Amino acid sequence: MAEKFDVIVVGAGPAGTACAYTLAKAGVDVLLIERGEYPGSKNVMGGVLYRKMMDDIIPGFYKEAPVERPIVEQRFMMLDAESAVTFSYKGMEWAQEPYNNFTVLRAKFDQWFADQAVKQGALLINETVVTECIVENGKVIGVRTDRPDGDVYADVVVLADGVNSLLAKSLGFHKEFRPDEVALAVMEVLKLDKKIIEDRFNLEGDQGCTIEIFGDSTKGILGTAWLYTNKDSLNIGVGAMLSGLIKAKIKPYELLEYVKQHPMIRPYIQGTEQQEYLAHLIPEGGYNSMPRIVGDGVVVVGDAAQMVNAIHREGSNMAMTSGVMAAEAIVRAKEAGDFSRTMLDSYRVNLMNSFVGEDLKKYKDATHHFEKYPHYFEKYIPLMNKAASQMFTVDGTPKREKQKKIWKDIGGAGDKFKIARDLLAAWKVMK
Amino acid sequence: MSNQPKGATIEEKQYLIRFKANTESHLHVLDTDICMTKCPDKLCTIFCPAEVYKWEEIRMHVGYEGCHECGSCRIGCPYQNIKWEYPKGGHGIIFRLG
Repeated sequence: MAEKFDVIVVGAGPAGTACAYTLAKAGVDVLLIERGEYPGSKNVMGGVLYRKMMDDIIPGFYKEAPVERPIVEQRFMMLDAESAVTFSYKGMEWAQEPYNNFTVLRAKFDQWFADQAVKQGALLINETVVTECIVENGKVIGVRTDRPDGDVYADVVVLADGVNSLLAKSLGFHKEFRPDEVALAVMEVLKLDKKIIEDRFNLEGDQGCTIEIFGDSTKGILGTAWLYTNKDSLNIGVGAMLSGLIKAKIKPYELLEYVKQHPMIRPYIQGTEQQEYLAHLIPEGGYNSMPRIVGDGVVVVGDAAQMVNAIHREGSNMAMTSGVMAAEAIVRAKEAGDFSRTMLDSYRVNLMNSFVGEDLKKYKDATHHFEKYPHYFEKYIPLMNKAASQMFTVDGTPKREKQKKIWKDIGGAGDKFKIARDLLAAWKVMK
Repeated sequence: MSNQPKGATIEEKQYLIRFKANTESHLHVLDTDICMTKCPDKLCTIFCPAEVYKWEEIRMHVGYEGCHECGSCRIGCPYQNIKWEYPKGGHGIIFRLG
């Protein structure tokens, strides 16, 4: 077909669609290529979409978009085998506009978002795999697709092809990711009556709740489980570093089943009906694993460039911001008639100066640190549970004696010193 | 496994999903000898979230039709012994929700 567009965006997820939307709105001729039957059909997310970055693209989107519930409460469970210490924040400021975040089901949300890009004038082509970038004299000039006569040309190609990031790898922007740079997440969507969800999670009307579950939920492997409320379903999932799963030789769906049957979790999902089972990778290498993101005639956005803040479960928002910033750089490049790496580099500069770059830098050593020292999960969470049980169980033992017992349980002086050192180290990688 | 609750097995989980299988596999074990001689645990048969890989005495059976296209096997194979591509456009897994 040898067609030429101003820009080709590969992948209609949050990053690619945000980019295509912004470009189309600016009057740029953009082709958005999606390999799935429809946008979202290959995509999985725990379910939390932060409002701000999407709102910057389409103000008030949540009035129209298929969002599930605005989250008013975020709980954090530190799980042991038969107990949990739980923290929570619930605030009514999150129950009203402008809202903080929403649960979403990606197959629905991504379709809607891509439709908005189409309404702005982007051309969306589904069911098409981009097999490689067409490179001439070191410059990307188009893409090869798996359609007959499937070469398409453009001034700039935006790689938004997700966590596997095969295209950036083929350009030499990064090596194959290692098992300690990705987390494998498995999830189920469980159907449950709206009213039961609201009663069970202490919610009024459309409000939602998220629960992050640490500790026993991943059997000590670095990762988390989660339980999120949708309108009339729950998302329950567990994600753990692929390296950790391999080392522990745990089947991911058996881990998910362990979480579902855990006595602290079981009552939440009682009486639900399974609707879907999903698996996906999460890029968790962070700042240190980011590939080169700008080349001649090409930029990389979203998961394809490892833009996930695992500590704060942020990813789709970063993806959107990167898509918008890439689009803005491309518009400037178009005005200058120069699509070189030097010209497009303003994308990288702006991105790294934004919250995306700042937060990725802030937590650059966090994942690696917690992966390397698993006792934060293996030892300290059970210790926390034991201490809570001791202090709150009334059995005639004076409280001072209980405190002594807890202090003793921690171990000898060496162990105490080690905990102090660990806490300091954790503070250093998180601060 | 008779005491397992309903929906606990991978077969039941996989049954919930819509697939449009391509006629040919997008996953290829490059050298079965490596699985046989170097990989006693056949790690992909453990960590693949869809149990796509099943070891059958002397060969690796690849049930590509049930693949979630997550990429774990490509990254996780300790011998980089799996050639991994996307299925033909419009084929493979089709998530309806998550």
